[in-house]
Amino acid sequence: MRAPTSGPEVAAGDVLLSVENVSLSFGGVKAVTDVSFDIRKGEIRAIIGPNGAGKTSMLNVINGFYHPQKGRISFKGKTRSKMRPHEAAHGGIARTFQNVALFRGMTALDNIMAGRTLKMHRNFFWQLLRFGPALAEEVEHRHRVEEIIEFLEIQAIRRVQVGRLPYGLQKRVELGRALAMEPELLLLDEPMAGMNLEEKEDMSRFVLDVNNHYGTTIALIEHDMGVVMDLSDRVVVLDHGIKIADGTPDQVKSNQKVIDAYLGVAH
Amino acid sequence: MDILYKIFIDPFVQMGGAPDLLVQTLWEGLVGGVLYALIALGFVLIFKASGVFNFAQGIMVVFAALTLVGLHEHGVPAYVALALTIAVMFGLAFTIERLVLRPLVNQPDIILFMATFGMTYFLIGLGELVFGGNPKIMIASELGLPRGAIEIKMLGGFVSLQKIDIAAAIIASIMVTVLAIFFQKTRIGRALRAVADSHKAALSVGISLEQIWVIVWFAAGIVALATGIMWGARSDVSFALEIIALKALPVLILGGFTSIPGAIVGGVIIGVGEKLGEFYWGPLLGSGIESWLAYVIALIFLLFRPQGLFGERIIERI
Repeated sequence: MRAPTSGPEVAAGDVLLSVENVSLSFGGVKAVTDVSFDIRKGEIRAIIGPNGAGKTSMLNVINGFYHPQKGRISFKGKTRSKMRPHEAAHGGIARTFQNVALFRGMTALDNIMAGRTLKMHRNFFWQLLRFGPALAEEVEHRHRVEEIIEFLEIQAIRRVQVGRLPYGLQKRVELGRALAMEPELLLLDEPMAGMNLEEKEDMSRFVLDVNNHYGTTIALIEHDMGVVMDLSDRVVVLDHGIKIADGTPDQVKSNQKVIDAYLGVAH
Repeated sequence: MDILYKIFIDPFVQMGGAPDLLVQTLWEGLVGGVLYALIALGFVLIFKASGVFNFAQGIMVVFAALTLVGLHEHGVPAYVALALTIAVMFGLAFTIERLVLRPLVNQPDIILFMATFGMTYFLIGLGELVFGGNPKIMIASELGLPRGAIEIKMLGGFVSLQKIDIAAAIIASIMVTVLAIFFQKTRIGRALRAVADSHKAALSVGISLEQIWVIVWFAAGIVALATGIMWGARSDVSFALEIIALKALPVLILGGFTSIPGAIVGGVIIGVGEKLGEFYWGPLLGSGIESWLAYVIALIFLLFRPQGLFGERIIERI
C-alpha cells in the first residue's frame, strides 16, 4: 500500500492521534467524561471496558460521527474540536462497525471497491461514459482491491452479495473495505464479536499482519481479554465513560481499579 | 358461452385475421411502454440512492418541459434553451438538497416522502406563476427531432411508424444503457448504491451524502427533461402530464423499485399490455380500460412476485 496522500508524515512511535479532555453526553446521559489518551504511530491500541463504558462513543468521536461537547482531538498535528466523517476519511481514518455496516445489496468486490472512493479522481463525465481515463483508473484500482481480497483470503466470495454471507465473512469484507482506504489509522469496533475460536484466530492474524506489513496504526475495541492481551501494545480502560487505566497489557491487568470494574467491588 | 367466446377466442381470431393491425398495436404499446419506462427510471434513480419515493418526479417532467418551451417562447434559440434547462435542473437538484433533504437527514422515509409531496405542489405553483397554466406546444422540430411517419408494407397491410416514436425509443435506450453501466461499474455509481444501502458505512469510507444526492436528483432531472420532450412531442406540454407519473407506479411494482432493467421491462409490459387490452378486449367492457388495466396487471404480478420482476428479494432472519 502507498503512503497516505494528505497531511504531514508522522514518524513511527510519535503521537498520531490524541484525544484531550473529551466529554460527550446525550441529553442527561454522560457517555464519555473528560477522557484523554493518545495513539502512537504504528502501535495497536486497545480500548476496553465493561458494557456501556463509552468505548464505541469514543470511536465515533474519533471518526466524526459524534461531536463532543468538550475537548479536542489532534490528528497528525492538526487540532480540532470536532471531526467530520468526511474529513476523517480524507485524513486517513478508516473504521469497521460493531454490528457490521456493509452495503448489503452489493457484492464483496463492490463493497471493497467502494472503500477506494476517495482514491479515485476522474470526474463525473468521464465516469458517465466509462471511457478513457476513467476506465484505466477503474482497472488500476481493481488491481489494488484484488491484492486485498487475496490478503484476506476471500477470493471465493468476491462476486457474492454480502447480505448472504455468514457473519464472520461479512466482518472480513468490512475489514477489506476499510483496508482499501489505505488508512493511516484503522479503528476496529469489536472485530471478533460473535466469532468462534477459529474465526477469532484468523481475524487476529489479519490484524497483526495489517499492523506488521503495512505499518497501519490500529485502535480496537474488544471484549475477549485473551485477544486484547495478545495483540495490543497499549491498553486504555474506560468504565462508565471515565478513563480508569492506561498502560501496557501487564500494567492494566494488575490494576486494582480495572479488576474492580470487571469483577465488581464488595460493598 | 357467448361471453367466454368473446373473451378467450374472439380477440385471438381478430389478431390472426389482421396481423398488420396486431403489429401496429404492439408498436404503439412498445413506444408508450418506453416512455413509461423513462418516467419509472426517474423514480428508480432516486429510490436507489436515497430510499425515497419521489412523488415529485411527475411534476419534474412538466417543469423541465415547461422551462424548455417557455425559454424558447422568450426568443432563446432551441439548443441554448435546452442547455439552459439542463442548468435549471441542476439548480433545482442543488436547491432540493440544500433546503429539503439536508435538514431532513436521518428522518424516517415517510417524512421524506411527504416532503416530496410538498415539493410537487410548490413546483406546480411556481410553474404556473412563471409560465402560465396554458398548454404549450413542444419545440420538437426545432430540437431536430424528426417528424412524419414511415409506412412499412407487411403482412398484407400497412404498419405506420411515427418517426418521433422511433427517435424516442432510441434516445430512451441510450439513456438507459448509459445509466445502467454508470450505476454498475463506476466509482460514483458505486457510491450511489452505497449511500442507498447504509448512510453510516458510506460516510465512513468518505462518501459525501450531499454530493451524491445532488448527483442523483440532477440525473433524475435529466431523465425528466428527456421524458418531458418525448411526451410533449406526442401530445402537448401541460400540467395534465403530471398524472402520467402515476402510470409509473404499476411499472415500478412490476419491475421492482431498485432495478433499472426492471423499469424498462416493466414499462414495456405495461405499455404493450395496455394497448392490446384496449384494442382487443376494450370493446367488451365499453372501452376506456386503458386507464386502469395497468394497475390490474401490476396487482396480478404482485400476487406472485411481491419484490417485482427484478427487485431484490428481501429475506429477513427472525
